[in-house]
Amino acid sequence: MPGKAAGKAVPVPTPETQPYWDGCRAGELRIQRCLDCGKPYFYPRPLCPACGSADVEWFTASGRATLYSYVISYRPAPGFEADAPYVIAVVQLAEGPRMMTSLAGVPATPEALVLDMPLRVTFEQRGEISLPVFTPAGEEHQ
Amino acid sequence: MSDVGVIIAGAAETDEIGRLPSHSTLGLHIEAARNAVADAGLTMRDIDGIATVSAPGPVQVAHALGIYPDWLDGTGVGGTSFLLHVRHAAAAIRAGHAKTILITHGESGRSRVGVAPRRVDLSSPAGQFEVPYGILGPTTTFTIPALRYMKEYGLTHEQLAYVAVAQRQWAAKNPRAMYRDAITVDDVLASRLVAYPFHLLECCLVTDGGGALVITAADRAASFPRPPVHVLGTGEASQTPMISQMIDFTESQMFRRAGQKAFAEAGITPSDVDHLMIYDAFAHVPIYGLEALGFVRKGEAGPFIADGHTEPGGSLPLNTNGGGLSYTHTGMYGMFAIQEGVRQVRGEAAAQLDRADISVILGNGGMFASCGVLVLGRQPR
Repeated sequence: MPGKAAGKAVPVPTPETQPYWDGCRAGELRIQRCLDCGKPYFYPRPLCPACGSADVEWFTASGRATLYSYVISYRPAPGFEADAPYVIAVVQLAEGPRMMTSLAGVPATPEALVLDMPLRVTFEQRGEISLPVFTPAGEEHQ
Repeated sequence: MSDVGVIIAGAAETDEIGRLPSHSTLGLHIEAARNAVADAGLTMRDIDGIATVSAPGPVQVAHALGIYPDWLDGTGVGGTSFLLHVRHAAAAIRAGHAKTILITHGESGRSRVGVAPRRVDLSSPAGQFEVPYGILGPTTTFTIPALRYMKEYGLTHEQLAYVAVAQRQWAAKNPRAMYRDAITVDDVLASRLVAYPFHLLECCLVTDGGGALVITAADRAASFPRPPVHVLGTGEASQTPMISQMIDFTESQMFRRAGQKAFAEAGITPSDVDHLMIYDAFAHVPIYGLEALGFVRKGEAGPFIADGHTEPGGSLPLNTNGGGLSYTHTGMYGMFAIQEGVRQVRGEAAAQLDRADISVILGNGGMFASCGVLVLGRQPR
């Protein structure tokens, strides 16, 4: 459609993931953990992937993470044209689970992006959704 | 397990591969099927089972061919699906559910003729937890584990680039390969960045084409015009629907699991393997495959390839058609990896090896999502 550029994708919550997105809107990274085996996990789902228990609860993660791996994409997805090249990262939360994210406040260069660098969560407004992204943690967060 | 042996009695690709705007995806299935059935010396009336990926699907492909099969498999788990079809077909033949099974692939990956538009479900797990971060297909997802591997095991950018260099040496021997001109590590590193650390020449092609196989019981081998290719062992496994949730970014546990099953069934070890195909959508995948299958230890695959062991004249010929990086890659490349394994075992490959009694094919689907492994042999088990 000429003149109508697609925007960035906006996630659509499901009943199982709604508490996660509600947490994001409140400025908190809420994930789940198992009350039987104790393991935290991500992405949201009603069964513990480690032991199969349905006895799970939501909790607020620290928001601290480290940079596990990434690519710098030179081919923008719809809506990301002005951002390219941009980082698509996977971070490891302090609690253990990993998640994909974007990085804010850091140049998209290999020199600036050192694996295992400390990060902290922040939120980007995307339509009705608050999307968790990560930014380098200052000294006070380490 | 039943002692019924299973063979690949017919195997063929479409007349041409590459840029085929005159063919739809369904048209490519039909051409590949016709060629494979003819290669087996059969007619469509001899086919009583059909397998292909979910789009266009076994019902559509069978109907287009004038076949009304009594056995169907629509397993669609990405580019490795056809390896799983071979495994499922072998089980069906042993169970007596079908006698002569046709497996087809066709994909207008480059020209996009007769292809359903891609739709992203933004309520799926990937739609909620990966797509919003700007991923755009395999180049931005399949590639993400590589930097972690490079940090943990010291793989260099030059070694990663050499994977493409080695495979181009095989492609140079293959008139059907899309790219045949020799390249150097410098050429690879000078090609444009697609998704750092991956340059264009470390990413697979995007092409049109198809291929098909005819699977049947080994006791019929003498009735076919072509030398039988015995299916000695098979394995399949799944891993992750989202790259961010891969358990360990430095190894593929599904490659290992499927490989162990296939090797055990065939009764072989890595030292028995004459010829190897590892799905190479990107340059790091053969590295993960070599280590998971036990050909080298963890962290050794990059230097192993860079030292020339997998190129022409090396001890472990790998991706001898040129692979997805240089031969062809329609999107679901697994069928072409099987075809090259069949050609080598039959002795009719463009870059034919002196000895190809045992060929192993490792297929990947999605972004480290699903895996199939086949062990093919010139002789029965």
